Formats: sequence, C-alpha cells, structure tokens
Amino acid sequence: MRTFLMASAAALAALVGLASPAMAAGGDVKLQAGEWSFAGPFGYFDKGALQRGFQVYREVCAGCHGLDYIAFRNLADLGYNEAEIKAIAAEYEVMDGPDDEGEMFMRPARSADIIPNPYRNDNEARASNNGAMPPDLSLIAKARANGPDYIYSLLLGYEDAPEGQDVPDGMHYNNAYSGHLIAMPQPIYGDDVEYTDGSPTTPEGLSADVTNFLMWAAEPKLEVRKRIGVAAVFFLSIFLVMSYFAKRRVWADLH
Amino acid sequence: MSAEKFANPVVRWIDHRLPIFSMLDHEKYDYPVPKNLNYMWNFGVLAGLALVIMIVTGIVLAMNYTAHVDHAFGSVERIMRDVNHGWLIRYIHMNAASFFFIVVYIHIFRGLYYGSYKAPRELLWMLGVVIFLLMMATAFMGYVLPWGQMSFWGATVITNLFSAIPFVGESIVVFLWGGFSVDNPTLNRFFSLHYLMPFLIAGVVVLHIIALHRFGSNNPIGIDAKGPQDTISFHPYYTIKDMVGIAMFLLLLAVAVFFFPNAMGHPDNYIPANPMQTPAHIVPEWYFLPFYAILRAVPDKLGGVLLMFSAIFVLFVLPWLDRSPVRSARFRPVFRIFFWLLFIDCIILGYLGGMPAEGIYVLLSRLATAWYFLHFLVILPMLSVFETTRPLPKSISEPVLATARGVA
Repeated sequence: MRTFLMASAAALAALVGLASPAMAAGGDVKLQAGEWSFAGPFGYFDKGALQRGFQVYREVCAGCHGLDYIAFRNLADLGYNEAEIKAIAAEYEVMDGPDDEGEMFMRPARSADIIPNPYRNDNEARASNNGAMPPDLSLIAKARANGPDYIYSLLLGYEDAPEGQDVPDGMHYNNAYSGHLIAMPQPIYGDDVEYTDGSPTTPEGLSADVTNFLMWAAEPKLEVRKRIGVAAVFFLSIFLVMSYFAKRRVWADLH
Repeated sequence: MSAEKFANPVVRWIDHRLPIFSMLDHEKYDYPVPKNLNYMWNFGVLAGLALVIMIVTGIVLAMNYTAHVDHAFGSVERIMRDVNHGWLIRYIHMNAASFFFIVVYIHIFRGLYYGSYKAPRELLWMLGVVIFLLMMATAFMGYVLPWGQMSFWGATVITNLFSAIPFVGESIVVFLWGGFSVDNPTLNRFFSLHYLMPFLIAGVVVLHIIALHRFGSNNPIGIDAKGPQDTISFHPYYTIKDMVGIAMFLLLLAVAVFFFPNAMGHPDNYIPANPMQTPAHIVPEWYFLPFYAILRAVPDKLGGVLLMFSAIFVLFVLPWLDRSPVRSARFRPVFRIFFWLLFIDCIILGYLGGMPAEGIYVLLSRLATAWYFLHFLVILPMLSVFETTRPLPKSISEPVLATARGVA
C-alpha cells in the first residue's frame, strides 16, 4: 500500500523534526545563522579560514581550552606542510619520560604529540576559572545543537544584561547561552589577533574563522565524507532506477 | 530433491552429501509466494539486511573499541579520526541502527494492518515480538558504549527502572550494574551483551523464517492461496522486487550516513560521560520515545515500568485480542479507521516522549497512553464482534486479474 509507505515516511520525518527542538539545549535563545562553506552536500573547508581560526584558537581560546583529540600532525588538513607543522609543534613543550634515570622531562613537541592542554588536569582548570570548567573544544561543534551557529552566536552574544537581570560576580550576560549567564568572559572584541593575509579582524570575522576551525576539529573527515556521499548517492540512484525497471521487465510476463 | 538438477559437478558432489544447494533451490523456486504482495512486504528482507549491516560494522568497530570508562570515549574518537574509514563504519553503525528500527516499525505496522498475526501465524508474530524486544535491549546497550553523557545517564535512568520491582528491585539493580553505580563493570557487561545479543536475534530470525515458511506470507487481501494460480516462485519475482526495496533502503541510508550522520543522535553524547553532571534533559534514542512517554505517563514508578512493558506484552497476546476472522484491513472499514488512529497515537507518543514531563505534556501522555491500551484491550475485541466486514474475494488471482484488466 503506497499511501501507507508514504504516510509512514512522512510521520517519521515529522517525529524526528518535532523531537529535535526538544533535544536542543534550552529554548530561550535565538542563534544567528552563519554562512558556512562546509554546509550542504558539496560542503568543503576553507583552508584560509581554518588557518586563521587556528591562529584565533592559539592566541585567544588556548589560554583556557584544550584540544585533547587533535595532534599537531592533524594540522596537515589545514594546508600546512610537514616542515611548518614541525615548526608549530616545536613552539610547545610537552612532558615525556621516564628517562633512563626514571625522571620525567620536558622536550619540544613533535608532530605526533597532542596539542598540549593549558592545564595539567581538570582540578587545575577549575581552580583557575572560579570553579567553572572550560570544556575541551575538540568536539564542541558536534556537542551542541546546531554547533557552528551556536559557537558563532555565543562568541558574538555578549551584551549588557537587561534591566532587572542580576549578574553575579564572575558571570557574564550572553544572549546565545541557555540561561544567559555564562562563566566565560567575552573572548573576542575585534582586532584580538593580527592576520597575515589581510582578512577582516572584526568580531564577526574572527568568530567565523574560529568556528570554521572548530568544525574541522570536531569533524575532520567532513570533506571526504561528503565527497564519497555524492558518489554513493549517484551510484545508488542509478541502482534504484535500474532495479525498478528490471523488476517491471521480470514481472511483465506475469500478466 | 535430487542432486541431478545441478550442472556443476562440484555442486552435485557436495549436494549429494550435504544437501545445502537443494535447500536453497527449494526456497528459491519451490516456495510458493502469493502473487499479490506489495512493497510493504519488502520490510522483512530489509530488516534482515539491516541486521547483517549492524553485525558486520559492529564486528569491525569492536576491533577498535576499548570497553573501559577511561578509554571508551577516546577509542570512539580514535575510530572517527585515525582508523582508516573508521568514521564511515561508525556512522553506518549509528545510522543503520535507526534505520533498523524504522524498517521494523513499518514491518510491525504492516502486520497490524493486514492482520498478519492471525491464525495460523500467531507464533510467527510472537517470535517477531521477541526479536523486537531483543533489538531494544541491544540498541540500548550499544548506545551506552561510546560513554558520552547520554550513554551514561540513559544507562542510569533505564537500569534504575528495575529498582521499582518490590523487595528485590534494589538488589537487581546492583546485580545489573556490577557495583553501586553505573561504572566500569556496567560498561564491560554491556559491551559483552551488546556483542552477544545480535547473534541471539539472528537465531530467533531463523525461527521466524521457519515459522514463516510453514504457511507462507500473508498478503494484502489476507485470504489463503488456493492453488498454483495464486502463487509465484520467490525467484526471480520477489528477489527482484526486494532488490528495488534494498536499493531504496541503501539510498536513504547513504543520505543519512554521508550528509546527516548525527541528525538522529543527541549532541550531548559528544560530551564525555560525567557522573557529577546531569544533562538538562535525559532523552533516550528516538526509537524508544513512545515507550518512554508511556513510562512517564504514570505518576508511580512501578506502575510506569509495568505499563511500559505491558505496551509490548500486549503485542504478544494480540492474536487472541483481535478475533475477527478477516485478516486484511481492506475488508474491515471500521478497523481501518482505528488502525490509523493507533498509528497517529504512536507518533504522538513518540513526540511526547521527547518533551519534558511537565504541564500539558503529562496530560497528553496519559491520554495517548490510555488510547494505546484502549485500542488493543477494548476496541479490537469489540470490533471482532460488532464490525460488519466487506465480502472477501474468492481467490487471490481473481482481484489481481481484475486490476490487471482495469489497468491494461
């Protein structure tokens, strides 16, 4: 029964659609939709934006937020070559060991090392931030509903609290954060970093760049996924059409 | 079955000693299938395909997964980032799980609509309900394995349900956990069981197919095949028809895997599990939402748990609740209306399961839950007695010929 099939599909789509707002965190915020090169079936990462976003991460975010699932070698995705990655890694020190005497020691980071976290452990992270834990950013673009728009809106969402809204010490008012009170102080004001490629360093520009970078960090295989996806959907569409006509041909002799 | 029918001498040699080719041949050509099955009859094969996809991807994932609270989340990220095509295998496993449930839900509603649960197919139907229960348990435990926030808190909520059992509830929960909270022993046993249960499902699927082949498929008209003029061989007619369904299934699965891989998941599961921090809303996977709504519709914990399990148990006894001798809804005008009401009711329950249990949602959940049970326990038995059904055709081939003439 064809109507049954279509009704089921429509109902399931409606169910998924209706259920997702419930799953989104907090209904009291409105997100600004950014324009992302990685959106859509032919989405790709803008390497320039990724490199600039990485710069913003290093100079603004990395003071408090780690990237525990990203190694320096992964930066090849951003368009850096091996020598550049080695040079970037060498700017960091990581703990290694124990050596032959049983001592831990510090050495310059190598490509295979994870980008060092600003804190030794969660307790130190909390102690340095008024008890609030700055979340790891490796997966943040997937760990929030509408991740990229959320990050972008959050970075641009700082404003003066409306009349009557009490903002406790150590908290900040943000129109994109559920509950509006966030422990993170405003990180981006504009001109926080100096770009070498002349791209705008407005708050919007910086926020968009770092959002691009964080989306890459959360979903580094996005480009290859969509590329294979286009081929797979193309192939399977032809397979579907051919199966359908083959079926009609086989069944034709029944009537 | 004689072995002479095979041209290949190797096949003939083997078949003489191990008649496996004869068996396959028998299922392919000699197994009579009603000639009027529509595309709704694709979903059994599709469910089987989904099970195979889940087992194959799951075995590969297990090679790279670490079942330990300190490493599970990281090992899944390693699969996503460093294992060759690991992201693809995991996204297929994640999304095929949802597709498995979509397919099985359609399969179940097809059975409800065409009365496929009625004599002599009661055991076939009941084995299907067993498969459904095993699927739910498997899916629940699989969702715990990545050890994200929803994994942890979902496991905490669901295992805590058993504490509602009088007297022994608390002990049962400690037994399930292997400790006094959801922790490493829980993750380990869930991994073990998650690996085991698909093979139990495969075993029950074999029984399901044996029971199916005893009387053959039901059909849209719901009357038995009267002779060879009503049936056709499975191959090539239904193999090719199933292929159309398989192509459609794979196409939709590919769209989900490659373009919306996380749409049916919850963002919170990309946050590592943290026993010290409860998420704002703990929601199960979408396919559990109707049952979750029934669970929360009852103010009493034990009552909610009993009602939730009754929602599935009622399916076991369905063949004896609906006593109408007419199988297909095509000839049951009143039943057909109630069927669609039940379908809508289940969609509403699913929606309510995703909403917070407060305000108007609680009342609506109660009404929708009441309707669900009213349908099975009151309406179906009453319809069996009072409904005037439409006259049944004499045989399957008659209306088929009629439509064929009408179209051609």
